[in-house]
Amino acid sequence: MEKTLTKEFTKGFWEILPPFRLVLGLCPVLAVTKYAENGIGMGLATTFVLLFSNIIISSLKSIIPKKVRIAAYIVIIATFVVIVELLMQAFFFPIYEKLGIFIPLIVVNCIILGRAEAFASKNPIYLSAADGLGVGLGFTLSLFFVGSLREILGYGSFLGMDIMWETFKPFSFMIEAPGAFVCLGLLLAVINLISKK
Amino acid sequence: MEYIILAINAILVKNILLAEYLGNCPFMGVSKKMDTAVGMGVSVIFVITFATAITWFFHYYFLVAFHLEYLQTIVFILVIAALVQLVEMFLKKLVPPLYKALGIFLPLITTNCAVLGAALLCIRRDFDFVESSIFAFASGVGFSLALVLFSGIRERFEISHIPRALQDTAIALVMAGLMALAFLGFKGVDSSLKALTM
Repeated sequence: MEKTLTKEFTKGFWEILPPFRLVLGLCPVLAVTKYAENGIGMGLATTFVLLFSNIIISSLKSIIPKKVRIAAYIVIIATFVVIVELLMQAFFFPIYEKLGIFIPLIVVNCIILGRAEAFASKNPIYLSAADGLGVGLGFTLSLFFVGSLREILGYGSFLGMDIMWETFKPFSFMIEAPGAFVCLGLLLAVINLISKK
Repeated sequence: MEYIILAINAILVKNILLAEYLGNCPFMGVSKKMDTAVGMGVSVIFVITFATAITWFFHYYFLVAFHLEYLQTIVFILVIAALVQLVEMFLKKLVPPLYKALGIFLPLITTNCAVLGAALLCIRRDFDFVESSIFAFASGVGFSLALVLFSGIRERFEISHIPRALQDTAIALVMAGLMALAFLGFKGVDSSLKALTM
């Protein structure tokens, strides 16, 4: 199969849509999706790290020795995580406060290391950039989707605005930890059902 | 007594896997068989305790002393990666049987967010050294407890009929949700323990 820019970009939205088709990086999906807004913030932060770490790793792939490649990847990823942490602290402080510990934890998000190992270390820079951006935006989309679902059912609001009818009783189950697991599991089942056809 | 409350809190009430949402990738990945789950659990207890103790020292005597707090993430992950490597070499040389049992899990632990997460949580909650060590050890125990229990349930899936769409990860996630619900039941333990010490 020929590798084209658009194909590498769009595969992140369905073919390997994280975290549903590519079951990696579950922690942020469960932890920060109480509100749709947090989901977008986390997704975009991850996209930033994924895009730049893919570009750097792809351009250094011939220099990094095979034996210490994982350590090298982690250092590169950690550098971008620190950059995104400082940027968010400066410009998006409320979201930074809400995401808390999960911003530094982007370092150990398996999606990023997974893409570095499976894609960026074998492919040219422009394809790796497309892959990083596509997978990152796909991840953002999933986070936004799970976040909206949990926010609408759990609080009766969407992006902070009340949208449900007056007599609607929010399910507090959805915003607790068990709701996060069950919600993600059922969504995964729905996506399996659609893609099995 | 405070320490016991802290430990029980970390193991049951605020279980690192089911209430703090940390370390879910290995939770889904290695919970298919009971013995791999036990191996992973033991390795995590080991690494998480040492990693938290060492990163605590690094944070207060190196980063804070030189005003380099913004490098926290990089330093912590490097310390953890180095520690995991060290533990691996140490076990290989001195305790070969244990190395054989745990060997394949050790490299995976570097990217286990429970380890980095516990280290960061200790700093953010301003724990002192003893509290950090106890918290980390108890978190490791909580992680293993949840993982081993979960793998026991997952082994049962093999012999039951599950709709095709729900197979594998989907049913595992729903199951984890039910388990988290059960662990939510420990919430009362916290307040009653505190009342005991009053």
